[in-house]
Amino acid sequence: MTSARLDPVVEFQSVSKSFDGKRAVDDVSFSIQPGEFFSLLGPSGCGKTTTLRLLAGFEPADPGTGEIRINGRRVNEERPWERGVGMVFQNYALFPHLSVERNVAFGLEQRRVPRAEIPDRVHRALDLVRLDPREFGRRAPSQLSGGQRQRVALARALVLEPRLLLLDEPLGALDLKLRKEMQLELKSLNRALGITFVYVTHDQEEALTMSDRIAVMDRGRIAQLGTPADVYENPRTAFVASFIGESNFFSGRSEALGDRRWRITSAHGVFEVVAEPGVRVAAGAEVGIAVRPEWMDVYPLDQTPPEENAVPGTVQEIIYLGETLHVLVALDAGGTAKVAVRNEGQLIKPIPWTRGARAAVAWLPEDCQVLEPSE
Amino acid sequence: MSLFLHAPLVTLIVFSFNDSRFSASWTGFTLEWYRRMLERNDILEGLGRSLLVGAIATVVATTFGTLLALALARHRFRGRRVVESLLYLPLVTPEIIIGISLLSLFVFLGVPLGLGTITVAHVAFCVAFVTVVVGARLRGMGRQLEEAAMMLGADEWAAFWKVTVPQLMPGIVSGALLAFTLSFDDYVITSFVSGSGSSTLPLVVYGMVRRSIEPSINAISTVIVVATSGLLLLADRAGRSAGLRS
Amino acid sequence: MNLRRRILRWFGRHPGATGYALLSPAIGWLVLFFLVPILVMLAYSAMRRGTYGGVEPTLTFEHYRRFFDPLYLAVLQRTLVWSAVTTVVCLLIGYPVAFVIARATRWRPLLLFLVVLPFWTSFLVRMFAMIFLLRDTGFINGVLLRLGLIDEPLTLLYTRGAVLLGLVYGFLPLMILPIYASLEKLDDSLLEAAEVLGARPVARFARVIWPLSLPGVVAGSLLVFIPALGSFVTSDLLGGAKQVMIGNLIQNQFTVSRNWPFGSAAAFVVMAIVLVAVLLYLRRRDARELLGCSARWLAGSSSSRPWCPCSSTRRW
Repeated sequence: MTSARLDPVVEFQSVSKSFDGKRAVDDVSFSIQPGEFFSLLGPSGCGKTTTLRLLAGFEPADPGTGEIRINGRRVNEERPWERGVGMVFQNYALFPHLSVERNVAFGLEQRRVPRAEIPDRVHRALDLVRLDPREFGRRAPSQLSGGQRQRVALARALVLEPRLLLLDEPLGALDLKLRKEMQLELKSLNRALGITFVYVTHDQEEALTMSDRIAVMDRGRIAQLGTPADVYENPRTAFVASFIGESNFFSGRSEALGDRRWRITSAHGVFEVVAEPGVRVAAGAEVGIAVRPEWMDVYPLDQTPPEENAVPGTVQEIIYLGETLHVLVALDAGGTAKVAVRNEGQLIKPIPWTRGARAAVAWLPEDCQVLEPSE
Repeated sequence: MSLFLHAPLVTLIVFSFNDSRFSASWTGFTLEWYRRMLERNDILEGLGRSLLVGAIATVVATTFGTLLALALARHRFRGRRVVESLLYLPLVTPEIIIGISLLSLFVFLGVPLGLGTITVAHVAFCVAFVTVVVGARLRGMGRQLEEAAMMLGADEWAAFWKVTVPQLMPGIVSGALLAFTLSFDDYVITSFVSGSGSSTLPLVVYGMVRRSIEPSINAISTVIVVATSGLLLLADRAGRSAGLRS
Repeated sequence: MNLRRRILRWFGRHPGATGYALLSPAIGWLVLFFLVPILVMLAYSAMRRGTYGGVEPTLTFEHYRRFFDPLYLAVLQRTLVWSAVTTVVCLLIGYPVAFVIARATRWRPLLLFLVVLPFWTSFLVRMFAMIFLLRDTGFINGVLLRLGLIDEPLTLLYTRGAVLLGLVYGFLPLMILPIYASLEKLDDSLLEAAEVLGARPVARFARVIWPLSLPGVVAGSLLVFIPALGSFVTSDLLGGAKQVMIGNLIQNQFTVSRNWPFGSAAAFVVMAIVLVAVLLYLRRRDARELLGCSARWLAGSSSSRPWCPCSSTRRW
């Protein structure tokens, strides 16, 4: 992550966008540093694509709301072709009536780059995305595989050497293996070229893998903005905790113990938890906490370590996943907890659980997240 | 089925080469009726007028119809329902009503009837068909390609000519062919808005069919059938090769 | 260049204006040369007849009163009955044909081409083909005479049957295409599902195929009924002077009789019937889509392409 205070490439200052009176993007602010790989992550309809389209210039922001700046320049009034931004579309959007070469050359021709320079730059762009210009240059887009089309779309955007590249779920149509491959390639292009990437995706794993920072969006607002470790390990709201990875949720009345430590009295028992710095908890209020399955453990009822929070229940299901085992425990006070246990070899060192056994799920006070109430 | 739809036309074509004036029996092969057809000035002049009117009406109707289809597919505006209704009405109004109402208008305004009024009328009933055909093609397209062009530095004008039009071409060609055929074939509306000395080919043929029955009508009909089939095959070929590329 | 940029910027800020700019030529044309003429015709129908054709600007309803004379009502009634019969016959012939084409795989493009071809062939030529077959010295009589089945020519032309035959022959493709368009969308797995659920062929047709093809049937019926209602070429050429339809009546008022107001009044009655039919039809939006779809098929698509526009739920 770029921590030096450079001038941001992109700035959103309380920008809103409504369709038919409904706010698709609601008072969103963020800024993106040069060279950053910045992801907009969220479920469909959360406003991430609209945010990207606001940046591209396809949708005008609601008049009188905020300001969008690119390279320090206010662009609210600029049309898409005036913004000098590159973009890769969801379904590639290659021009079917033009060959691969002509697709890549399109932007150069449009910018009136001298004719003589064009073939060379097209070749370099295709080389950059590892497509052989001699083999693929003359082909029609319909004669390419999905992965190859993706590369052409990328070359077409990169050939113009933009400082900012927008990517709208560019890998959505590829199969899993190709996706993983392209993820690494995109990341290395981002590093090698120093171009700022703004990446829209609904795939949390993809966002965690590639991004320097992630803006998790929910109902038109940014629910949380931070590094992948921030949003995964310190989810601020129940939405973020459940959308990125999995979580077990508990809630109860809070009681301050000082030094960010709180006592939570819930239906499942009394827990002690540690809140992250900056998380505001009101004493006496109903507070939610989230616990990741891999931060929990399962113990026989009488063997829970005294320093851990423990909730009693009955083992309901054991799911064998290879690397890990998921143990589902039906809690006595209702609901189910999921615990991820490392598989240390079921043939040589089987876990001591069977379906129907009594057990407790337990976690350390610092291994859970105190959530802010979602609006 | 084919017996019903095609046999009459096939019989018609076969007997255009029949030696006998009377159609009942086959007496031998001849090209006499085609020769006579080519000798008749009214037919050739009618053909010339039909081609001229058809060409102008096609260009105007295709241009206007395509623009209207673009407006309906791509833009939000008030009064959309009114526009759509106005578009659909000509499609479902009997031709005779379009014909007499235009005649009433032209006479009311004191416009002399002739090729001009015929062309104006043809554009009016062709526009809706073009819009429907081009609109169908547009709906399958989406806006993404134009947006991609804009991100590559093309303004809306450039994106329209470099991306939208090539993509839309099969639809435009289909629409134009439909417009031309409708115009070229039209008898009903033309019969009301044509003046003396402006008879198009269908008017000439109608007169011949009503007055006398001679095999040169078979000959003209054969030419028309063959020309239409050729045009249809051509349109299909064009559509298909464009379809392959997209 | 700078001007172009400024114009584009202006349109960028006023997205609605672009729409109006694009639609105004076509809509302007339709208003001037379709809507206004209809209004002029309406005005004519309520005016007194002029001495030498034309009209006098005096308000009167005499033409409408005159139209309700039994003589003219009989013509209207005959026209309605014939149009209805034509529609039903076209449906009875056209539905199985459309079904066969929609179910065909390899031959579908060819079959579709064969159905589209007659539609594209001039209506006049097709009517002439009918005359050529039916007249006294025509092909059918000739063959029958030669075979010795009859001694003198049968009177086939200038009969009611000839007009009906001509109408059906002329408008049949307009029935087949929309039905085909609706049946083409029919997913095989729906029929398989029905079969698995215990539906025999008759039930599969009645409970799955027919309801799903209904929009096509409605669109096709309207596409046949309306032009049949206003037709005069068929009855003129195949029916002679005896088999008069309302279209002949109107045409006659505008040509021979030169009673334009009366012709306009008759035309307006026809227009009113059409509007009622269309309004009933517009309540079925899916049927309305098929109108667009069939127009596309008519426009020279003989191959089955995967992107039939009907699949979209948007109207335009």
